[in-house]
Amino acid sequence: MLSRRTVLNSLVAGGASELLAGSQPADAAQPTVRRFRIWDAHSHLHSAPGDTPEARMEVLVRCADRLGIERIILSQGYSADLHPTREQLREENDRVLRAVRRFPDRAYGSVYLSPSFLDFSLQEFDRCVRDGPMVGVGELEADMRCNAPELDPIVERAIAMKAPILQHTWLKLDGNLPGESSPYDLVELARRHPDANFICAHTGGDWERGIRIIRTTKNICAGMAGFDPTAGVVEMAVRELGPERVVYGSDVGGRSFASQLAKVLGRIFPIPQRSWSWAAISEGCSHPLCERKDTGFDHRYERQHLTLAVSPARRGRDS
Amino acid sequence: MARLRKRDVVQAWAGSFDGILHKDIGGVNARLAAECNTHGRGFLAPFGSINPKLPDWREDVRRCANDYRMPGIRLHPNYHGYDLKDPVFAEVLQLAGASGQIVQLVVAMEDIRTQHPLMRVPPVDLGPLAQVVKDQPSTRVHLLNWWPALRGERIRPLADAGEVYFDLAMLEGIEGVARMTEQVPPERILFGSNFPLFYFEAALLKVQESGLPEVQKKLLFEENARRILPPKAV
Repeated sequence: MLSRRTVLNSLVAGGASELLAGSQPADAAQPTVRRFRIWDAHSHLHSAPGDTPEARMEVLVRCADRLGIERIILSQGYSADLHPTREQLREENDRVLRAVRRFPDRAYGSVYLSPSFLDFSLQEFDRCVRDGPMVGVGELEADMRCNAPELDPIVERAIAMKAPILQHTWLKLDGNLPGESSPYDLVELARRHPDANFICAHTGGDWERGIRIIRTTKNICAGMAGFDPTAGVVEMAVRELGPERVVYGSDVGGRSFASQLAKVLGRIFPIPQRSWSWAAISEGCSHPLCERKDTGFDHRYERQHLTLAVSPARRGRDS
Repeated sequence: MARLRKRDVVQAWAGSFDGILHKDIGGVNARLAAECNTHGRGFLAPFGSINPKLPDWREDVRRCANDYRMPGIRLHPNYHGYDLKDPVFAEVLQLAGASGQIVQLVVAMEDIRTQHPLMRVPPVDLGPLAQVVKDQPSTRVHLLNWWPALRGERIRPLADAGEVYFDLAMLEGIEGVARMTEQVPPERILFGSNFPLFYFEAALLKVQESGLPEVQKKLLFEENARRILPPKAV
């Protein structure tokens, strides 16, 4: 049971930032860290109510507002079909583009591709990322495991544009689906492309193993999206990988923003005093794209904050 | 407890993880009662574990009700090796109902995809539950960790079958709590966190994300739980 004070104070008056301020571990080193900027690096339009991408995006923005989430990175549109056709890929990317255009200051797009249609996928990358408003690749989870050589040209294209790659991974007790990637597969791919920046989506689901699998591969960040909010996951990830390699994401609409954000807000350790970017997409992996693109935002601001999935607000900045 | 108090929790219904695997469940419940009494009197409300496949399990129910004055009991059918068609389940409900106790039925403890390979425990099959609760109309059944085992159109018939209540610790999906209130009356939803196994904030933020009206928040956070507690409970 919760008291009325919580209802009124924590839930009505403020977003998650207010909750977070109250959740800060008692640490004299952190008295000035009171607010966070929150970016969700892993979200979708599927399972959200609404007949159009714009309508679904309105729901996501409404929920993001309630939790103080500033921006989300969308991919895959409505579908998580593991064997999309060319037409489906294009349709889903178009849906993401529509949602981003409706809320250009709240969302970025990430292009959905399949190594089964390599030429088409490279064209789609150019359409959506090189020549369009999207800033990343993924969530990739189509047709074949990501250690396949067919992924290489896509990764090289992403490197050229400094676009991060969100790669779906799982470690299922009864075995992954055919073509479904594991963190082991992603490590293989990442080691072939040390200049690329990867997010290991779901950290394999079985995160106690997933974190260890990616630990020595420095160009892979651990994605916190899309698995149960079991206590300890962020603590272990930060301990083993460092805060710069841990990325908040939700995997909405299959999940909630809330349960996944709780992994970060409910952690039991203070944020390192000198690490203002403690849960980040690697610095530099995508901000040049945003600088070039017409996002309608102050790019000086973007350069400082695009890298953050969740970051404490810098003292003196309050925009 | 400090963490819960910091979040303005005024009462927490607490079970023991030991109740899942220990065979001396009488000892588990005695320790739970003592801990709640010593460290959280009035704050922690103990729910003793009952394993009806243990010899003389009815004595455990009696102790929970009479000796420890527990407001309810907690069941783990999938860990204790019975299904809901087993007559012993109906008997547990009948005994608990007779003493006014709430029965917490834990459907799952963790995602089946990430369990330990030597400890594979599927979620409880809730198929028979509606009929059992129809036969025990006075017993209040509180389902814990029922999502994703129970979804969609299967939820409402359970709520209609009897005094069945739903927690939201494992509930997922965008605006999941608000969507839940469209499937079952909000009077049947209880705030629950699965803390400390889960981050407490997950449940709290889910309510926040759903943007419920004030009256529904009050129901979920406090009034529903207060209403179904036995009159002389902790």
